[in-house]
Amino acid sequence: MNDDLTMQEASESANMTDSAPTDMASEASTPKMTARNVNVFYGDKQAINDVSIDVNMDNVTAFIGPSGCGKSTFLRCMNRMNDTIPIARVTGDIQLDGDDIYAPKMDVVQLRARVGMVFQKPNPFPKSIYDNIAYGPRIHGLATGKEELDNIVESSLQRAGLWGEVKDRLHDSGTALSGGQQQRLCIARAIAVDPEVILMDEPCSALDPIATAKIEELIHELRGKYAIVIVTHNMQQAARVSQKTAFFHLGTLVEYGETTDIFTNPREEKTRDYITGRYG
Amino acid sequence: MNSLTETKRNPTDWQGPAMQKRIARRYAAERRFKALGMAAVMLSAGFLAFLLVVMVGNGFRGFTQTELPVDIDFPAVTGGASASQFEGPNANANLQSMGLREIVDSSIEIQYGPDGTELFSPGGWTAVSAMILNDPDIVEQKTTIYLPVISDIDVAYKDAGNPEAEEKVRELGDRFSTGFNWNFLSHSDATDPMQVGIWGAFKGSLITMVVTLLLAFPVGVLAALYLEEYAPKNRLTDLIEVSINNLAAVPSIIFGLLGLAVFLNFFGMPRSGALVGGLTLALMTMPVIVISGRNAVKSVPPSIREAALGIGASPLQVVFHHVLPLALPGILTGTIIGMARALGETAPLLMIGMRAFIATPPNGITDPATVLPVQIFLWSDEVDRGFVEKTSAAIIVLLLFLLTMNALAIYLRNRFETRW
Repeated sequence: MNDDLTMQEASESANMTDSAPTDMASEASTPKMTARNVNVFYGDKQAINDVSIDVNMDNVTAFIGPSGCGKSTFLRCMNRMNDTIPIARVTGDIQLDGDDIYAPKMDVVQLRARVGMVFQKPNPFPKSIYDNIAYGPRIHGLATGKEELDNIVESSLQRAGLWGEVKDRLHDSGTALSGGQQQRLCIARAIAVDPEVILMDEPCSALDPIATAKIEELIHELRGKYAIVIVTHNMQQAARVSQKTAFFHLGTLVEYGETTDIFTNPREEKTRDYITGRYG
Repeated sequence: MNSLTETKRNPTDWQGPAMQKRIARRYAAERRFKALGMAAVMLSAGFLAFLLVVMVGNGFRGFTQTELPVDIDFPAVTGGASASQFEGPNANANLQSMGLREIVDSSIEIQYGPDGTELFSPGGWTAVSAMILNDPDIVEQKTTIYLPVISDIDVAYKDAGNPEAEEKVRELGDRFSTGFNWNFLSHSDATDPMQVGIWGAFKGSLITMVVTLLLAFPVGVLAALYLEEYAPKNRLTDLIEVSINNLAAVPSIIFGLLGLAVFLNFFGMPRSGALVGGLTLALMTMPVIVISGRNAVKSVPPSIREAALGIGASPLQVVFHHVLPLALPGILTGTIIGMARALGETAPLLMIGMRAFIATPPNGITDPATVLPVQIFLWSDEVDRGFVEKTSAAIIVLLLFLLTMNALAIYLRNRFETRW
């Protein structure tokens, strides 16, 4: 595979979509997060090869690709969760509102509050539902009193579409909820710290179809309020929830563009093969 | 070759005698294993039961004492002492000046003949002075007080003693009575087995354990958290891990020598004190807490750490808000094991002078003290047969202390346990 060519095409396609007239063009020209020439190494092994991508406020961006193609790795670079892996090394430039997130003066703790994350497996804290949501606002000092904290908890749960189901048992354990409810609790927990970007790493892969539908509905509702990036194995899901889609293969970004284009009229043969189910 | 063996192979006869024999052999092996396992359990249960029965049987007698009644006609012998003399600030001085010992001795001689005092425990009269301080009214009347007999007669009455004592027991047979030995719970070591008590050693153990816990628990937990959550994985941390594992296996007497060399000789801390004992035992307990703490920290699911990091918790907040609370039950289990071992430890404390004869309970961490296992060791070495049952009684106290400590730790562990 010719990496240079792929890179070039990828950035071309990114540029194309940036300048292309879209129905939500207002903020499309000022991306929330930009990544340029990002490489990630695990020890000697290169996991991400020269990826450049923009994430917009008004769009849900989906990362698709076969297993091990680096989409989750790249996602975890965007809020520096890869820092927890000692052998991981990131080069290149990732910016949030024009600030380099790998710059020494960037505070990782604040970055992760601004760029929230929802994980593959629902991972509520073994605490009450209320404490799960209230934890983030508490450690960041977002609420000045009990009442304000109550409001944050309620509004976060409402946005996550969970309020009606749990409002009478806020002090029950978060781990007693069903899998889908737990995942929505995790989304509510991410929302509670008032992030600007929400990264979702295959949020539905551990859920049944009904719970998945609820999460997808939720993603639709959250769109526009937060820049959302979702990694998914499920191409139908990417088609349903996203406006932009990036196709990763073997650590490179093969194609990035409007979701409708990627699924109906891919430019790359690899993308077409993957979309049509020839591999992956 | 392969096809050749294939063709030669006969159809398996699942019902044939060879197969039946194999089945029977398998069943027999299972039965044998079950029987051996049960025998092993029964054997250990039997040993435990035997130990408990013997201990309780012997030790129970250590909590009682044989007594003889002594009538003391206070108005006659004191020449009309009034109860008010033994109240208020002058009570002790008046008590000392009244010659209580002579009063008691003379009363004994009246009833038991000129050699009567030889029947009674030499320190027994002090019980009378305690009684007067407690209730001064008795000095205005004639009272009957039960006083402990000497150790030989006590042993002879309870069990079989030397011939002279047995003779006395036969002579005075029906006048003996058995009372609860309150002295045993409130006094410290003494040379007379009738006067010894466990309180001093108990208090010494308590203070030593507090020192050990206060030092070993925080240091052990912090070391475990740091090594597991913060420390880079390199040769140095590998070396530290190996050292800690080895430290946990070092014979305890060597820790005693270390305590002697470092705390007593180098730092010049007070000898025989609970402070040095606690420090020495803390050195011994810490590796156990570190090892179990690291395992407990390791078993906290990484998803919880990720969840906390993902909403912007700092590494310190992740550790103290999430990892530590979830690891605490496991850490407490290790602490129980370590503390139980420290409580029963004798050898290192012998090295730092906690085997001294200590007749007053310690009032602080620097006072000379001894601990329960050392006290048991010392009493078991005594010649006087009266100490045998005291040793057993002390063992019962030690076991009760241990059970209480473990029960508390298990209660705490269950309270902190999080159910997923």
